[in-house]
Amino acid sequence: MPLTIASLLSSCSELNDNASSKTAIVLTTRVRLARNLAGQPFPGWARPGQREKVLELCREAAVSTSALKRGWSLAIGDLGELEKQILVERHLISRELGGTPQGSGVVISKDQTFSVMVNEEDHLRIQILRSGFQLKKAWAAIDELDSALEERLDFAFNPTLGYLTACPTNLGTGLRGSAMMHLPALVIAGQMEKVVRAVNQLGMVVRGLFGEGSDASGSIFQISNQTTLGESEQDIIKRLASVLQSIIEHELNAREKLLEADSGKLFDKIGRAYGILQNSHLLSSGEAMNLLSLIRLGVDLGVFAEGYRSVIDRLLIEAQPGHLQYARKGEFEPGQRDLFRAELLRGEFANLGRPVFTGAAQGKN
Amino acid sequence: MTNPLKCNFCSKPATVHLTQIINNTVHKVDLCEECAQKKGVTDPSGFSLADLLLKASLNPEAEAGVVRCEQCGLTQADFKKLGRFGCPACYEAFKDMLEPMLAGMHKGSIHQGKIPRVALSRKSLSDRLTKLEVDLTEAIKSERYEEAARFRDEINQVKQSVSPKPSP
Repeated sequence: MPLTIASLLSSCSELNDNASSKTAIVLTTRVRLARNLAGQPFPGWARPGQREKVLELCREAAVSTSALKRGWSLAIGDLGELEKQILVERHLISRELGGTPQGSGVVISKDQTFSVMVNEEDHLRIQILRSGFQLKKAWAAIDELDSALEERLDFAFNPTLGYLTACPTNLGTGLRGSAMMHLPALVIAGQMEKVVRAVNQLGMVVRGLFGEGSDASGSIFQISNQTTLGESEQDIIKRLASVLQSIIEHELNAREKLLEADSGKLFDKIGRAYGILQNSHLLSSGEAMNLLSLIRLGVDLGVFAEGYRSVIDRLLIEAQPGHLQYARKGEFEPGQRDLFRAELLRGEFANLGRPVFTGAAQGKN
Repeated sequence: MTNPLKCNFCSKPATVHLTQIINNTVHKVDLCEECAQKKGVTDPSGFSLADLLLKASLNPEAEAGVVRCEQCGLTQADFKKLGRFGCPACYEAFKDMLEPMLAGMHKGSIHQGKIPRVALSRKSLSDRLTKLEVDLTEAIKSERYEEAARFRDEINQVKQSVSPKPSP
């Protein structure tokens, strides 16, 4: 399929179209595997010609797998800044890949669940993105794609150290599992710091929405495993899943406590968020994320109809700078972004039903 | 020595600061814990700052970068700067440095996960093929025709098993 951002945006994607009560706290699950070709220098140390050769080999292998056959195969050098940003906002490529010079690329499956980045930090970063809490299924699917790639490519592998990666922190399984979690009650209750510390002690890392160095606007956090060597993939997944499960329980407890202690205060936040989204004329990206996060919490508590959730999840992406700019085509000036963001959200919220707070106080989760 | 907070040998934060006066000249050096240990700074009796400074200025790679990956040319100093290896062979070249590092980085130091069976068997078959072809040439050269015939049959067998299957 020729690569156009229009075709990508108009296709159904896992990220946008699977919201349900099952995705209440864990929005999405991701698993990525780092792989390298035997006998080839890693991307950061390779000469341009070597990078080009690896890119060609990997793209060819990727598009021949059944998972990626009918998707998009793109060279990063052919993409404009806006297109790259949109791919980052959809979590299909990393910021690092977008910044790499010639000789890098990405292959994305038709349903936008799989993406294979070529010549990021490693020759291959194979990723799967699933909606909701689906670590085991995600691992099974990525394992299959990895095996299909292995039939076509010779991976750098050492019996003692496992899959060899550019950075020794990814050595062994090369596996990073992560979940994007919506944790508004833990944030409101001021417990996130405690959670981060506890999670770190269990060998897991907490980051913001867009990974390393990004902030946690919208109370959305990425939780992932830190270590990759000395444990099987199944064990890493199991350990991560149990940490995620306990974070979910803490978030649910925090919600219950907030409702018990001062439901008026919580409902006030949700009601105000609704009012601002319906009426404001200037919204920064951070503020919009935080307001949408409160509406999402409202859906979980039964304040808004269940159908809201998929709208919110779509808006969390569409209110990002790149998506906003793309939707506006040429008529865009730097200072106008907040104006357009507010206009987009006003339009959406004009047609969404009012909050109903009665009954929610019973702590419906 | 532009940044006094960094170790003069690697770029880690310096925690050991040393001043010695040798022949009326003041010499200063900043080191991190690790380099201080390595260079014996913690043992004042057997340590000479002059030696240390001399070595450092004459050959900056003498201490930190003697190890080099033959495959890709990356030195230990490159690795310290970039935090990334240059190629898969670096794992063999920098084995000694890597081992203690892995202990603090991961759950264990031995891979317990997936093995690329298809790729490995492909490699072992191609290694086997190379060996058989050498054997065959040898056998023909020394006129051991019976053996040669056996090698030829085996080569055909191996070739059949590695011939690429049509992709699904």
